[in-house]
Amino acid sequence: MSGYRIDGLGRVDRSRRVNFTFDGQAYAGFAGDSLASALLAHGVTLFGRSFKYHRPRGLLGAGAEEPNALVTVERGGGVFTPNLRATAVEIHEGLVARSQNRWPSLKTDFGSINDRLGRFFPAGFYNKTFMWPRSFWEKLYEPAIRRMAGLGDAPTVADPDHYAATYAHCELLIIGAGPAGIDAALEAAGTKQRVILIDENAEMGGGALADPALAAWLERSLKALAEAPNVTLLKRTTAFGYYHDNFIGAVERLTDHLANPGPQSLRAPREQLWRIRAGEVVLATGAIERPLVFAGNDVPGVMLASAARTFLFRDGVAVGRNVAVMAAHDSGWKDACAMARAGMGVAAIIDCRSEVDPALVQEAESLGIDCLIHWSVVGVNGRHGVKSVQVLHHDDFLDRRLPCDALLMAGGWTPSVHLWSHSLGSLAWSDDWGAYLPDKPNEKVRCVGACAGKWSFGSGMNVGHLETNRNPAAIKAFVDFQNDVTAKDISLAVREGMKSVEHIKRYTTNGMATDQGKTSNLNALQLASAAMGKPVPEIGLTTFRPPYTPQTFGALAGHAQGPLFQPTRKSPIDSWAEAQGAVYEPVAQWRRARYFPKPGEDMHKAVARECLAVRERVGIFDASTLGKIEVIGPDAAEFLNRMYTNPWKALEPGRCRYGLLLGEDGFIRDDGVSARMAPDRFHLTTTTGGAARVLNMMEDYLQTEWPDLDVWLTSTTEQWAVIALQGPKAREVIAPLVQGIDLSPEAFPHMAVREGTICGVPTRLFRVSFTGELGFEINVPAGFGRHVWEQVFAAGQAHGITPYGTETMHVLRAEKGFIIVGQDTDGTVTPHDAGLDWAVGKKKPDFVGKRSLARPDIVADGRKQLVGLLTDNPAEVLEEGAQIVADPNQPVPMKMIGHVTSSYASATLGRSIAMALVADGRARVGQKLHIPMPGRVITATVTDTLFYDREGSRLDG
Amino acid sequence: MILIHCPYCDEQRPGLEFAYAGEAHIARPADPSALSDEEWERFLFIRANPRGRHHERWRHIHGCARFFNAVRDTVSDKFELTYKAGEPRK
Repeated sequence: MSGYRIDGLGRVDRSRRVNFTFDGQAYAGFAGDSLASALLAHGVTLFGRSFKYHRPRGLLGAGAEEPNALVTVERGGGVFTPNLRATAVEIHEGLVARSQNRWPSLKTDFGSINDRLGRFFPAGFYNKTFMWPRSFWEKLYEPAIRRMAGLGDAPTVADPDHYAATYAHCELLIIGAGPAGIDAALEAAGTKQRVILIDENAEMGGGALADPALAAWLERSLKALAEAPNVTLLKRTTAFGYYHDNFIGAVERLTDHLANPGPQSLRAPREQLWRIRAGEVVLATGAIERPLVFAGNDVPGVMLASAARTFLFRDGVAVGRNVAVMAAHDSGWKDACAMARAGMGVAAIIDCRSEVDPALVQEAESLGIDCLIHWSVVGVNGRHGVKSVQVLHHDDFLDRRLPCDALLMAGGWTPSVHLWSHSLGSLAWSDDWGAYLPDKPNEKVRCVGACAGKWSFGSGMNVGHLETNRNPAAIKAFVDFQNDVTAKDISLAVREGMKSVEHIKRYTTNGMATDQGKTSNLNALQLASAAMGKPVPEIGLTTFRPPYTPQTFGALAGHAQGPLFQPTRKSPIDSWAEAQGAVYEPVAQWRRARYFPKPGEDMHKAVARECLAVRERVGIFDASTLGKIEVIGPDAAEFLNRMYTNPWKALEPGRCRYGLLLGEDGFIRDDGVSARMAPDRFHLTTTTGGAARVLNMMEDYLQTEWPDLDVWLTSTTEQWAVIALQGPKAREVIAPLVQGIDLSPEAFPHMAVREGTICGVPTRLFRVSFTGELGFEINVPAGFGRHVWEQVFAAGQAHGITPYGTETMHVLRAEKGFIIVGQDTDGTVTPHDAGLDWAVGKKKPDFVGKRSLARPDIVADGRKQLVGLLTDNPAEVLEEGAQIVADPNQPVPMKMIGHVTSSYASATLGRSIAMALVADGRARVGQKLHIPMPGRVITATVTDTLFYDREGSRLDG
Repeated sequence: MILIHCPYCDEQRPGLEFAYAGEAHIARPADPSALSDEEWERFLFIRANPRGRHHERWRHIHGCARFFNAVRDTVSDKFELTYKAGEPRK
C-alpha cells in the first residue's frame, strides 16, 4: 500500500482495506491498524503540536504511554471526542480524525511563536509573572491564559450515547494480557476459580503481539482461555483504578471501534463500567520504555525503540527506511537487530555506555549496523521529520553528522506500577533497573512479568543528562513531552529551591499532563537527583492516582444522569397535581407542587389567590411528603420524653403535640406535630427533608444510649398519604365523607387525633393547623391517597375548594410566624433564639440538648433571634438571605447584624412580611433596621413574628 | 470500595451499605446537668482523632440498620475488627 508497509509482517488483515481521513486528507489502512500505524504506513510523521511551545510532534510510543499524538475523533452530529491517543484509536471505515492544538493547520501553526519566545516561559512562569497587580488577574491574565491553555476542544453538544455499568466478582483478576498475564490465566484456567483477564488493547497478547516467535503460542493460549468455562476475557478494557479491598474499576469500550454501531436509538452502550471485586489480583501491566533526554529528542521521527519494534512486528509498518538507535540499555540492541533482520534499514546504534556486551556488538555488526559505543546524540536535524542526527564521541568531544530518517531511543524500562501504587503497595528503588519496583503489598495482590522487574532484557544504565558539547542553556531537551518540560526547567526548579519531587512536579508541571508522566517521571527524578547531588530514593516519588489513562465522564456517570441522576420521589397525589398543571419545586428528593396557576397567572398571582381561598373558604394541600415514624412499645412515651424538648408522658391518647428536636449541642434539628394513638403507640411527623436524619438520630439513641428501652421505630413516610384541608369551610367539606368520628369542636378539638373512616377508607384524622385556620390532616393508606383526594376535592366544590402548593403553605405559615426548620433556622439556632421557649419543658430533668442550653455561649447576650420585619414600603418584598445593618451610613465593610430568613408578599395582609435572625432581635422590636441592596437601602421595622390573627380566633373555623 | 464486616449480620459487605457515625465509646452522661461546663464541653466537642488505631461507630444503614463499633487504622484505612454496640472497648 505504501513504502512503509512491510510485506509479510504484522497482524493487520491485508484483505480488508479501511478508509479514513485525518485533517481532511483521505487515507487507507487495514483492519487491525491503529490510527497511528495506518498514518505511519503512509509516511506521516507529524501528528500534533505540543501544549506550551506548539512544537511539531510525532509519535513517541505505540500504546497507552503516548504523550504527543493526541487527536480528536468525530462521532457525528457535532459530537466529537478530544485528546485520544492516536496509538489507541482503532481505525474503522469512515473514521474522521483531526489533529489538535494548531491553527490554522498542523504544518503551519501560529502558536509556534511560543517556541521562539521559549526563554520567556521558564518553569514557574505563571506563578512568577501573573501575580501582580492583583486586579489584572480576573480581567486580563486568566482569560488570556484560558484561551491559550487546554488540550483539544470541549464538545458543546450533549453526549447522545449511553453508558452501561456492571459488577463482577472473581477469585482471580489478572490485569494485562501480555505473556506474563496469559501465563497466570492459563495456570488458573484449570482450577474451579472464577478468573477474569482484562487488557486495554483491541487484541490480547501485549508484547507477544510484536514478537513473531510467540505468535503460535499466543494463538494456542488465547484459544485455551476462551474455551475455559471459568475464564472471562475482557479486551478493550482499561483497569483505571485500584481501590480498597481489591475493588477495581475498569472501562470496556464497546462501540467506538465499529464503523456502523447502528441507529442511535438501538445502539449498544458506548462503554461499560466494570466494578470488579477480586479475591486476588495479579498485575501483569508490563513496563514502559524510557526516552532519553537530549537536544532535539522531540523532533517527529524520534521515538521509543520498543514502539518502532511494535509498529513493525504488530502492524507491519516500518517507522523509517534508514533508522538510528540511541541506546542506554541492551534492549535497544536487541530491538535494532530484530528490526534489521526483518528487513528494516538500521544505520547505526549509538550507545552512551562505555562498555556493551560484546555478543550484542558482534550480532549488530554482522547485520551491517554501525556500532558507536561511548557516543551520544547531541542534536537532531529536521523540523517535521528526522533528516540526520549529530553524534558526539565522549572521548574527543567532537560531533559528526549521521544521516537517518528516524531515531529510536532505548533509555531503559519503567515498570508500570500505577495500579500497584493505587492499592497503596510500597515501592523500592532498584539500582539495577534504575526504577522503582513493587515492594510490599497492601492488598492480596502480586505482580508478575515486567511490572515486577522480571525479564531478561539485560542491563542498562541510569541516565539523567547525556553528555553534550552544546551550551546547556541554549538547548531544549524534553523530559515531559506533553507538558513541554525540559531538562533546563528541572534544574531551574532545583536552583530556585524546590527540594521535594512533589514541589518540582507542580512547579514545572512535569508529569501533570493527561499521560501523567508515564514516560517522564523517572527521567525527571534522575535529573533532579543529579541537580541536587542526592540519590533518587532520597528525593522520593510522586503519587500515582487513578485514572491510569483518561476515562470519559459518561462511563463514570453511567445511567445516573438527567432524570435518572437521583430518584425523584413522588407522592400518591402527584399525578393529580400534574394533570392540573401544577408547577413543581424539589424538596429534598421529592418533587412537590409549588402552586397551581390558572391561565394567565404568574406565581405571585396564583399564590395570592390560593392564600385568600384558604383564609376565606378552604384549601386542599398534599402533605404526604412529611416524614412519619411509628413509635411503638411500652417505653415509647419515655423515649420521646428524652428525645424532644417538651413533656410527652402526660400526653393522652387521642391528643397531638408540637415536638421540638434538638441536637446534643442545643441547636434545633427538626420539628413536627405528633400524636399519641395509644398508650404504647405514637404517630410522629418530621420535616420533609429531615425524615431520614431524624430516624437515624432516634435509632442511634435507642440502640446505643438507651438499649434498655422497649421501643420500636418504623419509618411510615411512604405508607401514608396526607391530605391537608385548611380553612373555615374544612369541617363542612369532610363532614359527609367521615364515618365513626364526631367532628364537632367539642368532641374533636384542635391538636387532637381520631381514627375512623373517610370515603370508606381507614384514616387517622388529625385536627392540626399550619395555617392558623381550622384544619384537618387526613392520613390514609398511600394506595388510597388519590382516591380520597379526589372525593374530598369533589365534595369541596360547593365550598369553593382550592388546591394550593408549597409556596402558599409557606406564606400562610409565615403569616402565623411558624418556623420552617432549615429556612428560619440554620443549625446554630436554639429554641430561645427562635422564640420557642414555650416548647421547652422547664421541669424536665433531661432531654437531648438540655445541658447545652446552659452553655456560656448559649446564654450570652447578642445571639441572633428570630423576629419579624415590616418594610416601610409595604409593596417591597425583601430578598431572603439579604443582610441587615443597624446603620446604613457606616463605611464598608458594614457590620452585619443579621439576615432575612423568610419573606413574602402577603395577600391576606395586603403587604409584605418577613422573618429575620437579628442580633438581640427581640430587644430591637420597634426599631428601624436597614437592608442594603445594590444601589439602594431598604428600611424595615422590627416586630414579633406573629402577623395574623393574634388571638388565634380562627382555629375553630 | 472498602469492605466492612457487620457483627450483627456476620457478613463482609461493601462500604456503601454503611454510614460512619463518629468516635465510639463516648457515652452520654447519665445526668448531664451535674456536669461542669468543661466536662460537658469534653463530652460534646473533644474527640481523639488519632493517627492510627481509631475506635469508631458505624451503622449498617442499608442492611440490618444496627449501630456497631469498629477499630480502623486511620493511616492504612484498614478495619482491624468490628464488634457489637455495648461490648467493651477492644
